[in-house]
Amino acid sequence: MSSAPARIHDPIVGVGVGRGAAIGPVVTVVEAVGTPVDEPVSVDRDATAALVTQAFDDVAAALRSRAQSLTGAGAAILQATSAMALDPALRGQTVAKVAAGLGPVTALDEVVGQFAQMFTAAGGYLAERVTDLRSVRDRVAARLLGLPEPGVPALTEPSVVVANDLSPADTAALDLALVLAIATDRGGPTSHTAIIAGQNGIPCVTQAAGVSSMPSGTVVAVDAAAGTVTTNPGPEVVEAFRRRADIARTLAEDTSPGALADGTAVALLANVGTADDAARAAAQAVEGVGLFRTEVLFLDRAVAPSRAEQAAAYAAVLTSFGDRKVVVRTLDAGADKPLAFATMPDEENPALGVRAYRLVRTLPDLLDTQLGAIADAAAATGHMPWVMAPMIATPAEARDFARRARGHGLTTVGVMVEIPAAALRADTILAEVDFVSIGTNDLAQYTMATDRLRGELADLLDPFSPPVLDLVAATAAAGVRAGKPVGVCGESASDPLMAVFLAGLGISSLSMGPAAVPAVRYALAHHTAQHAAAVARATLEASSAHDARAAALAALDADVVEALSLRPGA
Amino acid sequence: MGTRHVVVASSAGLHARPASIFTSAVAASGVPVTLAVGDGAPVDAASILLVMSLGIPRGTEVRLDAEGDGADRVLDELVALLETDLDAEEVAP
Repeated sequence: MSSAPARIHDPIVGVGVGRGAAIGPVVTVVEAVGTPVDEPVSVDRDATAALVTQAFDDVAAALRSRAQSLTGAGAAILQATSAMALDPALRGQTVAKVAAGLGPVTALDEVVGQFAQMFTAAGGYLAERVTDLRSVRDRVAARLLGLPEPGVPALTEPSVVVANDLSPADTAALDLALVLAIATDRGGPTSHTAIIAGQNGIPCVTQAAGVSSMPSGTVVAVDAAAGTVTTNPGPEVVEAFRRRADIARTLAEDTSPGALADGTAVALLANVGTADDAARAAAQAVEGVGLFRTEVLFLDRAVAPSRAEQAAAYAAVLTSFGDRKVVVRTLDAGADKPLAFATMPDEENPALGVRAYRLVRTLPDLLDTQLGAIADAAAATGHMPWVMAPMIATPAEARDFARRARGHGLTTVGVMVEIPAAALRADTILAEVDFVSIGTNDLAQYTMATDRLRGELADLLDPFSPPVLDLVAATAAAGVRAGKPVGVCGESASDPLMAVFLAGLGISSLSMGPAAVPAVRYALAHHTAQHAAAVARATLEASSAHDARAAALAALDADVVEALSLRPGA
Repeated sequence: MGTRHVVVASSAGLHARPASIFTSAVAASGVPVTLAVGDGAPVDAASILLVMSLGIPRGTEVRLDAEGDGADRVLDELVALLETDLDAEEVAP
């Protein structure tokens, strides 16, 4: 084989973190060198010892000067590392081993290895210092071998940092204000690098194989949404990124309530499962909770949590959201969410069995205790939640649930529409309750007779399946006729394309993971009710899921399609 | 040749910031100083790596040895330093 570098495909495709994008010159993070095999022993041991001392001095001085240009945690880490490079024992023992005949890097590695072992064994604070020790070792070794200093070079202009992978020490030394984007050969969406990038809103592409071999100064375009790194991007890419940056800024800045362009309100709500989820979601620009999944509290329990324990958990969520709306869903157990105390042992078809609201047939106390706990939480916090039951099939079930809930003093009562029977007769269901919420995941499963957990059948569960869309449309129309709210709280609500379709049907609220809210808000704000209705009509005319999505996309505002990078295959 | 015995006062022991302050003071003095705990081998008191690796908790009696010009003065200064709670010295920026 020749020594020509492996051809790098352009663009390099990896795994993006976030939706951001940036263009800039590459700064390469240099990898540390290992211990040289059979390192030659210098003939002049005194001269080699002097070189070792000089290398320690140079490293300490360089670290100290870097530390002075930084502030905060990064500066403190570099100060501590600099102090270690000055340590008399570290250099003294290394010089002694050189004098005894070892090669300089071999000597250094033996000494550092002993300290590292001792510090690791001591644990705690000392174990954490091993990183600093290794950092000194890597820098001194590079000097001794005449190689460039490893780690992140000092950034002098806004740059794209590329590396095999970044260590916590590398990221601490980064002046994040000058980091336009990060791209790494390895890592992953949950790696240290990705987390730091995510927290700081820095576009990042991980697993971009080959990216670290780019020479410093190469101009690249990093697109986290697409997961690509493109070298020498053309002016059209520059322009597209600039527009995306403008839009991202607008998206993040806009915290207004969800509404169509003509002012028609479409409430943007969060799905939460725990009090912690709720605390995080409440800090976002959402108008409340559209789905509080209470079953999370019941999972992994031998017996149901007490009324008092439940009330405390519900009160925490209500307190987080204050005067904002919170829709509490009663226990949705069974099928893929089995509970030790509430699952029928011999069900052949658990998804079609005694699950969710149907548990009232076998364990009526479970529901009454929960409704009592929700009422207790409302009384304790002064915030009255909405309450709804999952898996309602008939008006009689809806009536029974409403009677029980109102019996506990709960004033706004609804049910989930996720069984085709309920969607087909949504008028009669709505006659019994104050609102309904469509669970699109289960509705698709029951409409298509397809287990949600069977990956090989996933194509049958496309949220744009025309029969599923028909049932959603029928339910929305019943809500408009009855003058009662119809929300959507399944995966569908988080897709900006689907959100416009749903708004066009007259859906009054969308509940999703909070991260999805800004893009949905943006899509809604760029369509009038009339335009959204046209999108809905065009979508409903299609005869396949693929065509329905394409029709929705074609009818959507073109600027929104481009701004949100909406694609037919999404 | 001077010797001092002193009890470490810093609340976290001779670790992290106190160790850094102490070893820097030793290095700045220009006088070779060793530090020992009990019957343990004396270590170079200017080395933060060696001092920290002794893992000295608060309340431990340590021995300082130094020789040469100014040894007594330097030892007195170091004793005063170790008798101070260096963790409490942190001044808010």
